[in-house]
Amino acid sequence: MNIPYTVEVRPDTGLANGKLGIWLFLASEVMLFGALFSSYIILRTGSIHWPQGELNVWLGMVNTFILIGSSVTMVMAWASLKLNDWGKHRLYLILTFALAGIFLVNKYIEYADHITRGEYPSHSTFVAMYFTLTGLHGLHILGGMVVMAYFIGPGKKMYQTNREQFVNRIEYTGLYWHFVDLVWIFLFPVLYLL
Amino acid sequence: MDNVATLGTAAHEHAHDHAHEELGFWRKYVFSQDHKVIGIQYAFTSLLFLLFGFGLMMVMRYQLAYPGSPIPLIGNWLGSANAPGGIMLPEFYNQLGAMHGTIMVFLGVVPLAVGGFGNFVMPLQIGAPDMAFPKLNMMSYWVYFVGGVVMLVSFFMTGGAAQSGWTSYPPLAVISPGQTMWLIGMIFLITSSLLGSVNFIVTIVQLRARGLTWMRLPFFVWAQFVTSFLLLLAFPPLEAAGVMQLMDRVAGTSFFMPSGLVVSNQVATSLTGVATGAVGSGGGNPLLWQHLFWFLAHPEVYVLILPAMGIVSEVIANNTRKPLWGYRALVYSVGFLGFMSFIVWAHHMFMTGMGTTMSAFFQTTTMIISIPSVVILTALLLSLWGASIRFTTPMLFALAFLPMFGIGGLTGLPLGLAPSDIHLHDTYYVIGHFHYVVAPGTIFALFAGIYYWFPKATGRQMNELLGRIHFWGSFVCINLVFAPMLIQGLGGMNRRLYDGGMQYALNADLLKWNVVIGMAAWTLGLFQLPFIINFIMSIKWGKPVDNNPWEATTLEWSAPSPPGHGNFLTEPVVYRGPYEYSVPGAAQDFTPQFEPERA
Repeated sequence: MNIPYTVEVRPDTGLANGKLGIWLFLASEVMLFGALFSSYIILRTGSIHWPQGELNVWLGMVNTFILIGSSVTMVMAWASLKLNDWGKHRLYLILTFALAGIFLVNKYIEYADHITRGEYPSHSTFVAMYFTLTGLHGLHILGGMVVMAYFIGPGKKMYQTNREQFVNRIEYTGLYWHFVDLVWIFLFPVLYLL
Repeated sequence: MDNVATLGTAAHEHAHDHAHEELGFWRKYVFSQDHKVIGIQYAFTSLLFLLFGFGLMMVMRYQLAYPGSPIPLIGNWLGSANAPGGIMLPEFYNQLGAMHGTIMVFLGVVPLAVGGFGNFVMPLQIGAPDMAFPKLNMMSYWVYFVGGVVMLVSFFMTGGAAQSGWTSYPPLAVISPGQTMWLIGMIFLITSSLLGSVNFIVTIVQLRARGLTWMRLPFFVWAQFVTSFLLLLAFPPLEAAGVMQLMDRVAGTSFFMPSGLVVSNQVATSLTGVATGAVGSGGGNPLLWQHLFWFLAHPEVYVLILPAMGIVSEVIANNTRKPLWGYRALVYSVGFLGFMSFIVWAHHMFMTGMGTTMSAFFQTTTMIISIPSVVILTALLLSLWGASIRFTTPMLFALAFLPMFGIGGLTGLPLGLAPSDIHLHDTYYVIGHFHYVVAPGTIFALFAGIYYWFPKATGRQMNELLGRIHFWGSFVCINLVFAPMLIQGLGGMNRRLYDGGMQYALNADLLKWNVVIGMAAWTLGLFQLPFIINFIMSIKWGKPVDNNPWEATTLEWSAPSPPGHGNFLTEPVVYRGPYEYSVPGAAQDFTPQFEPERA
């Protein structure tokens, strides 16, 4: 049995199943992070005092550029597939994976710094919000890395057996990755700068 | 591969499937990726949960009817930590109450209406070979299953299950035992419904058969479509809130814990013992939870009711042998209803002191949302006009749905207006109101669906006589359960009182209803026996049926009963709208969607 439109586009909707699926998934993710950002606003406006400048802006900024860079390499990984350049695709995908890894290492340094200073999530609502938001975002990074590792490793076989679907899957991975990047673009000013 | 080529290979693929039935038992029945098997798995599991949740309530009702006396039959099995000497402790009553709500909503009704009926019927009605993502579909069921197990296991943990109501309001939910397991279970259930809703929407948008345009979709499919959007967009905020409450409990944060809360003469701390409202920030905000919770839970009400309306529409069109009255009005109403359901949530919070401006806004939107509900109910009622009705068992349940949902909806109006809600808030009136919507409303519709689609799922019909006994017994008893609650609530009796409201002892007129409700609830339980017997016996010994026993018009009736893997023997093509009954000049009183035009 074949499920129609897994690879090819349905003419009247102009979509393949996976693309609609990933966009719907991202819509629900917007609601998830939207709820957390709203909670942040409500808790902050309701507080008597809100700490500022507690976080390492430099590390945060470096991480912002790392993620933006990884979004670029992600696009390149997909574009090189479209140009039938398998070698470049491998390079860019591995590069994206590595950048995501560096992001998490930086995050670890930040977390460790807070912990050594005794700033556990229970320290204050600001720190609690910081750990919850960045922690959940970090899990999304980790999830993206698992998917990329799959396409770097065992999933790469599909390029030989079903090239079109493989290209689509890299595209969907990219859409997710841009979303994770976008969340950080909001997180950085909200937590580090404002 | 182009579209035509796919269609051409479909029949070939089908023959191929029949030639190689090599899937083992585990892949075929347990870890199946077939939407029909998954639908049946969902249906079985959720029916068991419904029975269990109802069982919890039957035990609670004994305590309410005869406070402080030992529970008969099962009292000694409940354990000395819960019911020493068979007499229920207040903490245990609270656990049963919280878990009754949680189980009925998240593990019973929604999985049956969406996971069960949606999975089984929707792909058949749109002429799809399966769901768009069969593996996700399987995962969705198993994640739901794990969530259910976590909820059940929580009864056996130290301190028992969650006991802060299905709404889990902080600060109580943050400081009382059992809640951690509840939150973990909920995260599984939310994930499951997320996977399911993505799958449903993609399937409906992408896999409609040739000729099945949007305005030819059966109303049931429309209802599932809107429901999926509600699940997709409303559940994530509760997931966020759940994560924050989990942080409050496990990591000692104070998202929902206000500063300086004193419980039993001590400054309240969360479970890790860290004082709340720590230095450097404002304290937490318990109202924040209520907003996030009801942002899910009001759309959730429509998740409970829309699939029921879809089922009732199918059954009514089929048994009145007439087109549905106002199909387009139904479709536009259900869409509008879905949209509006996102901006009415704070009508659950009139009593929280959130301010009159907010109340005015939310009571206005609440009054507006009643309009499409009334349009749908009216259209279904008018569909009966002038019909020669077939009073089959599914039709009896569908007909009962109309007045029951009507009572449920109308009793909601005084709750949606802030001034009258002040009097009625937190009384038994509220319980009577929403149970009229969900129990004799949605659950009756679900029974209608079971009797209606049982022949499609099994190839056999359920027994009509047992069905009628089940219907009439349930119909009488369920009204005896919920109508007295409206009376008690109007009399001012509070909900969630484990002693059955002994503080109202002077008002014996109110209290005596507790016994009536209890008796009616246990009799209602007895009247489910004919259904259980009928359901199990009919799988093996029911009357065998052909493809279309109800002489219906929608696509699922063109498939074999039960449909094989891949559903249809030939590629289904749709030629007309979903409810072409009694077309003038036609040879029969039904003209199916799949019947080609005669030249």
